[in-house]
Amino acid sequence: MEIKVKILRFNPETDKRPHYQTFRVEAEPTDRVLDLLEKIKGYQDGSLAFRRSCAHGICGSDAMRINGMNRLACKTLVKDLSKGTITVEPLLGLSLIKDLIVDMDPFFEHYESVMPYLVNDEPPPLKERLQSPEERERFDDTTKCILCAACTTSCPSFWSNGRYVGPAAIVNAHRFIFDSRDRAGAERLRILSDQFGVYRCHTIFNCTLACPREIQITKAIGEIKRAIATGSLD
Amino acid sequence: MKVHQFDVVVLGAGGAGLMAALYASKTATTAVVSKLYPSRSHTGTAQGGVGAALGNLEEDHPEWHTFDTVKGSDYLGDQDAIEFMCNEAVRAVYELEHMGLPFSRTPDGRIAQRPFGGHTNNITGKPVRRSCYAADRTGHMILQTLYQQCIKNNVTFFNEFQVLDLILVNGVAQGVVAIELATSEFHIFHANAVIIATGGHGRIWKITSNAYAMTGDGVAIALRRGIPAEDMEFFQFHPTGIYKLGILITEGVRGEGGVLINGQGERFMERYAPRVKDLASRDVVSRAMYLELREGRGIDGKDFLYLDVRPETVNKFAALDGRTRPDGSPYRVTTEELLLKLPDIIDFCRTYLGIDPIQQPMPVQPTAHYAMGGIPTNRFGEVVIDEKNKVLPGLYAAGEVSCVSVHGANRLGTNSLLDLIVFGKHAGLRAAEYACQTQFKTLPKDAADFAREQLDSLRRCKGEGERVSAIAEEMKEVMMEHVGVFRTAEGMEQALKKLQELKERYRNLKLDDCGTVFNTELLNAWEIGNLLDLAIVTTASALARKESRGAHAREDYPKRDDKNWLKHTLAWLEDDGKVKLRYKPVVITKYPPKERTY
Repeated sequence: MEIKVKILRFNPETDKRPHYQTFRVEAEPTDRVLDLLEKIKGYQDGSLAFRRSCAHGICGSDAMRINGMNRLACKTLVKDLSKGTITVEPLLGLSLIKDLIVDMDPFFEHYESVMPYLVNDEPPPLKERLQSPEERERFDDTTKCILCAACTTSCPSFWSNGRYVGPAAIVNAHRFIFDSRDRAGAERLRILSDQFGVYRCHTIFNCTLACPREIQITKAIGEIKRAIATGSLD
Repeated sequence: MKVHQFDVVVLGAGGAGLMAALYASKTATTAVVSKLYPSRSHTGTAQGGVGAALGNLEEDHPEWHTFDTVKGSDYLGDQDAIEFMCNEAVRAVYELEHMGLPFSRTPDGRIAQRPFGGHTNNITGKPVRRSCYAADRTGHMILQTLYQQCIKNNVTFFNEFQVLDLILVNGVAQGVVAIELATSEFHIFHANAVIIATGGHGRIWKITSNAYAMTGDGVAIALRRGIPAEDMEFFQFHPTGIYKLGILITEGVRGEGGVLINGQGERFMERYAPRVKDLASRDVVSRAMYLELREGRGIDGKDFLYLDVRPETVNKFAALDGRTRPDGSPYRVTTEELLLKLPDIIDFCRTYLGIDPIQQPMPVQPTAHYAMGGIPTNRFGEVVIDEKNKVLPGLYAAGEVSCVSVHGANRLGTNSLLDLIVFGKHAGLRAAEYACQTQFKTLPKDAADFAREQLDSLRRCKGEGERVSAIAEEMKEVMMEHVGVFRTAEGMEQALKKLQELKERYRNLKLDDCGTVFNTELLNAWEIGNLLDLAIVTTASALARKESRGAHAREDYPKRDDKNWLKHTLAWLEDDGKVKLRYKPVVITKYPPKERTY
């Protein structure tokens, strides 16, 4: 079948402002939106710019707005979208560079600001540190994050102030705060109790809806708020 | 043009590159130059686990792991390097755990382990639980953990920079030339040690598990600088790719008890590998699948088979096999257990196939997956450039881009993640040690010229010309048909002719984008050029090897021939596009070649 794909285009070298361009492509219902973008780039307009790599929802390169929702182009099938024109636009809240490519550096800076790494200066045992399956399960959900930015760039609080660390950074703080092997939970909670930390979250749930890994983000943020309020991780 | 100076520069930010950077940066100034943000690297898609004989669930030994890897390699792996890797494996996995990697756990809190193809108890010959895993996203967790540790250790990253060329001064590595994607500005990274960790080149084939980014940049850059590629004819086809899409379904599915079923409802692997059945080596299983399809035993007569992990199927065959848990009780699985151990696989099937693997079998076909061949190195990660293993000073390679060779003619599952943590680490340590004792040499004034010429020759927006995508499609088709799981002289000669024709057409491209900001069309075109070169080298190496060994299966030479072919291929790409082949011996220490059955 033939599908219309309407893409928000912007070339900083020639355009004053972004504009829409519509392409017609042959598609199967099981095609990924990424497949359509590849067909357009490969056979109609090679200048179309977007990021992609693994093409099956793991590398997190191709988050974009598809019919108004933040999604991964490689994990969105034509048959799962409502009939008619498919609209593809870049993520909001990060500066637009070209077509579907936005500046990811601020996003990764927020990620780095929450100490997203295990801290434990006790001498390690000769073998593994022990961790029960229950302790491991406590932070399982937040280990799934692929840093695609779909959550952070769907968050109205982030849109209104880009200094907010955003849901993705909080998810990655959660992954360590609730890891029984980590020793820097208190420090991360202090960072996140800052005015640009968790209290910018107003439980709008856009992030949870947008996450292609189905991480319960708002719940994770809530757990951190509670930990800050009670001073306890239980 | 900007010039940067570091002791060590690492190309690529996957598992091998990050591991190398982490260790090099302990003593040397280190930069990572990567065309992707680190978390986008293909290591993240590895699923089933990393092999190490921890023995957490049953008896196991690094010696058994060594033998299994030698046998899996069809005796083409270098046994000194394999022994080194398998001995280092145990420490390397504990080290990852100490860095914070969230492995799945046993009830007593240790790292969980599952069976994987070709990994056996060397006394009974039965599958052994050796793969250390984090659900079915072990690669994701390795990549995240190493990236996190690099952030903690202040490693410098140049993300979205495409490396185009290697700078050699009097036969010594002195840095690389790269282009910044966002601006098209050229950068020279002047360095005493260069570690190539750019990954594989599975995009040569039509059905592939590989990311778009896997375009063999490292090997292509090296070939253009006169460095040979080793054992390129050995490329692994993973048995279970999602039908048509090629997306990987981990061997861990079969580790958890899943079985392959043909159109007659038969568990056909019993006929091909009576002892370990569905957990035979990948080359063995992929060939069996092709033979089943050729005999018309695909599902509904089509070109796919089923991978069945429904609990009732798993439990039926586990009972027939007499499979037990570590405590001796019969092995039985529940839906809940599968959901916990294989969440991503279940998600892939729901997303891309619209089926639930708990209720329905998955349609699968072999998919191009992993390069056993690559830039020749010794076990310290140093690049070696001739039959006598002469070292090229200052140049290192690790991970899929390299050929140590620990995988020989066929890699065992879980040994790729192991390869990158062990050899990434040692390449990093060795490179830093060398770089810190070495004086910087003056760079030639024209250091960036060759890189610039390559892009200039592609950057044509006017006049007549062809789109690069058509050329790429034709390459993938011909490689899939003639240089895939089964090969013949006739087919490969045809393929070689076609590839040379495509190479000619490639000289006459036309682009739509002649801008400087994220000109991804230009860089994609350059990547396709890399794939074309590697396809030619692969085919020429395969055509010359008149035997069948591991992943290289010749219908016209169906037997392994140790008398003539127990040797590594070295292939040089000459200026006229011809491939020059030479050979070097395999290192054999403890395990003389014998017949390989599973």
